[in-house]
Amino acid sequence: MDLTYGAEYERFRNEVRDFIATHRNDAPDGQGMRSAKTRAWQKMLIERGYTARTIPKEYGGYGGDADILKSRIIAEEFAAAQVPGGLGGQGISMLVPTLLEMGTEEQKREFVGPTLRGETIWCQGYSEPGAGSDLASLRTRAELDGDEWVVNGQKIWTSTAQHADWIFCLVRTEPNAPKHQGISFLLFSMKTPGIEVRPLKTMTGDATFNEVFFTDVRVPKGQIVGRRGEGWLVANSILRHERGMLGDPNAMLTRLNALTELMKTETLDGRRLIDNPVYRDRLMKIQGEVTAMRLNDLRLLSAKLNNKNADLAGMIVKLKGTELRHDLESLGIDVLGEIGALYYGKQGDSPYLKDHGMYQYHYMFYLGLIIGGGTSQIQKNIISERGLGMPKEPKFSKEA
Amino acid sequence: MEFGLSQEQEFLRDSLTRFLADNAGLPRARRFADGGERRAQDLWEGLVGLGVPGLVIPEAHGGVGLATLDAATAAQALGSAIAPVPFIGTSVLAPRALINAGSADQQSEWLPRIAAGETIVGVALSEAASGAREGAKVTAIAGKLSGKTLFVFDFEADAYLVADDRRRLYLVDGKAKGLTRRDLETIDATRRVGELVLDGVQAQLLPGSEDGEVLADILDVGRVLLAADTLGAAQNMLDQAVAYSLTRQQFNRPIGSFQAVKHMCAEMAAGLEPCQSLVWYAAHAVDSIPSEARVTACHAKAHVAEVGKFVAKTSTEVHGGMGFTDLVGLHYWFKRIGLNRQLLGSPERLREEAARVQDLIE
Repeated sequence: MDLTYGAEYERFRNEVRDFIATHRNDAPDGQGMRSAKTRAWQKMLIERGYTARTIPKEYGGYGGDADILKSRIIAEEFAAAQVPGGLGGQGISMLVPTLLEMGTEEQKREFVGPTLRGETIWCQGYSEPGAGSDLASLRTRAELDGDEWVVNGQKIWTSTAQHADWIFCLVRTEPNAPKHQGISFLLFSMKTPGIEVRPLKTMTGDATFNEVFFTDVRVPKGQIVGRRGEGWLVANSILRHERGMLGDPNAMLTRLNALTELMKTETLDGRRLIDNPVYRDRLMKIQGEVTAMRLNDLRLLSAKLNNKNADLAGMIVKLKGTELRHDLESLGIDVLGEIGALYYGKQGDSPYLKDHGMYQYHYMFYLGLIIGGGTSQIQKNIISERGLGMPKEPKFSKEA
Repeated sequence: MEFGLSQEQEFLRDSLTRFLADNAGLPRARRFADGGERRAQDLWEGLVGLGVPGLVIPEAHGGVGLATLDAATAAQALGSAIAPVPFIGTSVLAPRALINAGSADQQSEWLPRIAAGETIVGVALSEAASGAREGAKVTAIAGKLSGKTLFVFDFEADAYLVADDRRRLYLVDGKAKGLTRRDLETIDATRRVGELVLDGVQAQLLPGSEDGEVLADILDVGRVLLAADTLGAAQNMLDQAVAYSLTRQQFNRPIGSFQAVKHMCAEMAAGLEPCQSLVWYAAHAVDSIPSEARVTACHAKAHVAEVGKFVAKTSTEVHGGMGFTDLVGLHYWFKRIGLNRQLLGSPERLREEAARVQDLIE
């Protein structure tokens, strides 16, 4: 057991800290993805290698070597200072790695740089009303007409579609092939005629998702990643990136600390909430679980560094992380009692509302994340089949 | 940076697991439970050969001089194999108390014999760890101990490490005048637990234990090791459930192909995976991260107990009716997990202590 990062890395940590201390006023603070300040900050972070670190220079990245510990230190320090650590979103976190792995040289040069710089914002066109957990049954189709694909169909759960410049989209191009082999991965501009975006309001009250409708959308033939019919392979390489992101235990610690602080300061009948032994027991239970998940994360980091197998420890993160976060927010609501049922109002916040209604918001939002990105039930299939070697559910034949 | 076991620790785990696979497991536990042996002498001697009783004892005293993480690795293997042998008390807590609080004479008197497996030391810490039942209390008057202490574990012993009501630690010879031993028959037939009644019993005070800190430290360690034992037992129950589900056929399919069964197994795995990291870290913390040792030990014991309970129930359910029978013998693991849950502090009590350690209670 060696939990030290070593002198070289501690020097690097100090460099990152110094940078943050010197430049924190340049960091954007709610100005939005397209503001000049956001873009300038992103540019500076890329130049310093604090984001897009391992992406080659010729494609607009920093061009550094893959160093898991340095990347970790950067993430830790920006999180600790509560300073935004470079842009995220589906373009940067999902499309860029995929293009680097599967894209043509031309595609890398055209798309990676502007995406990293925040000039091109992407949305992801995967799920459809009839293709959720069984994503490969998607029916949005693209037919070749001369030098163009003609796309028709509908996507759903498309976050940021209302802001996006481009979409990366799974479409069926080989209707007669087996379902996994008939899909292609297209890229096209959201300004292309024939695209309609309708906001999809969720239980949180926000419209963070959209439905996107395609009617005879014409896409140049070359805007395909991988070959015709290989879209499922391309998509799976991205889904692996996404599953790792959901259920991050380190973000959970921030919420747990906020909840602990709330329970130490808020009173009921003149007693602090934390002095109620039942509430306190629930808090400690969650603290134990958050601790276990954070250490599981440390094990994953170490396994990556030392080339050890911790596949099962990785497979459980989305399932356990999202369920635990939902429980944590639920406790925040319960300890507040009736105040816990308040929500941010149409006529401004109630004076009794705590934390701008974030406990209720996250409680609902994390229920969404329990479902999204592969439901808990799909996760359990993955864990049992790939982790424990249990057999797949037998398939019903179409005739039956 | 390396979180987890070193190569040497993996080697220890593997050699112990191999030895236990050949010599412990269900048939040996059953024989111990049914046969009326006081000790599983063959198994104990094998473990002595592997250096297990002296794992954390310094080499100068005849031990191997390893860390609590090594001991946790051993506890996990023993729990997995439901090994009917003493370990946590005699091989770790008593030596650790002697190392931290014993005089030089006491150390050279006791440690080499413990390391060689010649002396087994039971530990009587229940009142300090779990609270005192009516009438259970040990007091020291002029160096002699009187009173009663319950739930002594590694009970089939040659001597005992006893905590008095002022949290000081003593060593008591098992044959000392005025000492009466009574078995307490728990659900777990793989380990011996009992009570000691003391009537003016001659005892050796560990001189460094006066301020109660040494007791608090061995409770941390004991809790981590019980968590490791539960983790090993629960992991084994999951493995058995998966294996059974692949062979048991119903509706012309292995039951392991039904999502209802697969999801039970996935939930067990999802619960257990983080427990491994928690146990490793907690074991490391009691040796190397004093500021986090106590709270992590409390969380490790409490959390693994909860997950262990869930796994014990769920694995039994995956086995269907056979899981409920003595034929399959799954209940030996179920009950070992059940006893561990209560020893040295139940989950609620430990979470309360975790809150107290963090100054969350006024």
